[in-house]
Amino acid sequence: MPDAYRKTMIRQIAQHAHSEIIGMQPEGNWVTRAPSLRRKAILLAKVQDEAGHGLYLYSAAETLGADREDLTARLISGAQKYSSIFNYPTLTFADVGVIGWLVDGAAICNQVPLCRSSYGPYARAMIRICKEESFHQRQGYELLMTMMRGTPAQREMVQDATNRWWWPSLMMFGPPDAESPNTAQSMRWRIKRHTNDELRQRFVDMTVPQAAALGVTLPDPLLRWNDERGNYDFGEVDWAEFKRVVAGNGPCNAQRIEHRRAAHEGGAWVREAAAVHAAKRAARKEAAA
Amino acid sequence: MSDATFRDGNVADATEPPRSSWPLYEVFLRSKRGLNHVHVGSLHAADAQMALHHARDLYTRRNEGVSIWVVKAADITASSPEEKDPFFAPSGDKVYRHPTFYEIPDSVPHI
Repeated sequence: MPDAYRKTMIRQIAQHAHSEIIGMQPEGNWVTRAPSLRRKAILLAKVQDEAGHGLYLYSAAETLGADREDLTARLISGAQKYSSIFNYPTLTFADVGVIGWLVDGAAICNQVPLCRSSYGPYARAMIRICKEESFHQRQGYELLMTMMRGTPAQREMVQDATNRWWWPSLMMFGPPDAESPNTAQSMRWRIKRHTNDELRQRFVDMTVPQAAALGVTLPDPLLRWNDERGNYDFGEVDWAEFKRVVAGNGPCNAQRIEHRRAAHEGGAWVREAAAVHAAKRAARKEAAA
Repeated sequence: MSDATFRDGNVADATEPPRSSWPLYEVFLRSKRGLNHVHVGSLHAADAQMALHHARDLYTRRNEGVSIWVVKAADITASSPEEKDPFFAPSGDKVYRHPTFYEIPDSVPHI
C-alpha cells in the first residue's frame, strides 16, 4: 500500500468519523424537547446511529494503523476536520426534520458511491451506514410532512428551516471541481467515484421534486429545469461562507469542539475505573486458577 | 506478523499493544439465518465482558445477530498478504479437486 494512499485514506475516514460524532450534537439538542414520546424515541435512535457510524469508521481507520485516542485528540485540537454542516445551529424542531431530509439526503448521495471504495474496510462500513441512513432521511421527511399538515406557524417553521439548511447542504459536497485539487488523484485511487459537482447536481435533481411534494420553496431564485442538460440549473453557493465555516468561524464551531472536549475529559474517570476493574477481575481469575 | 497483516487481512494492527488504554477486540456475529459467525468490525473495551456489551450496542441495533464472539485483536494470528501466492500455492495446480474437471456424458442422469 503506497504511503500517500494510506495517509489520504486515514484522513478521509477520520474526517468522516469525526463528522458522525460531532453530528450527534445538533440533533441531540432536541432530544429532551421532542414534542412526543414517539419523536423522542426516533430521535434517540437516530443519534445512537450517528455514534455507531462514528465507531464503525474509527474501527476502519484503525485497520490502517491509526490510533483511536490519537484520532480523538486530533479532533479536539482541531488538527483534523469534520463536516462544516454541523457548525450550524438547530433553532426549531423543524430543523430536526430538515436535517434528516436535506443533510442526511446529501450524506446518502455522497456515501452510496463510497460503498465501492477501493479500501475494503471503509467500503464495508459504508454499506452498513447507508442502510441505516435511509431511516434517518425518511423519518426527517415524515416529520416535515406532519408539520406541513399542521398550523400555518408550523408550516412557516418548516420553510424557515429549509431556507437556513439548503445552502449549507449544497456545501456538503465540497468546493467546486475547479478548486478541488485532490479529486483527480482520489478518483485514480478509487477512493472517490464522482466529482463534487456531479454529486451536488445529483442531489439537487433528487431534492427538487421532494420539496414540491412537501410544499416548500427552495431558497434559490435561479433554480429551474434545464431541458437541454436534463438537469436543474441552480445558483452559486456562497463559497466565501463555506471557507469561513471550514476555517473555524461558523456559528457553532467553538461550541461543538468544546462540548466534545468536555464529554471526553468528563468521561476519563469512567474509562480509568473500567480499566482498573477489568485488571482486578483478571487478577482474581488468575489467582483462582 | 508484519505491518502487512492489517493491509489485506483487514484486521487491525495486532503487532504492538494498542496505545489506547483499552485493548482492541475484533467482533464476529452470527445472523439468524444459520450462517457462520462473520467478522463485522472492531471496538475497544476494558475486558471481554465489556466488549460483548459494546458489540451488542454497536453491531446489533437492528437484530443483526443471535450470537457474538469477541476476540482480542492481539490474539489473532493472520497469514501474510506478502506471502499470499506461495502460501496458497499448494492448491493452485490441483484442478482435479473440482467436480468440473471430470467429463461425464450429458445422457448420464443425476451426477
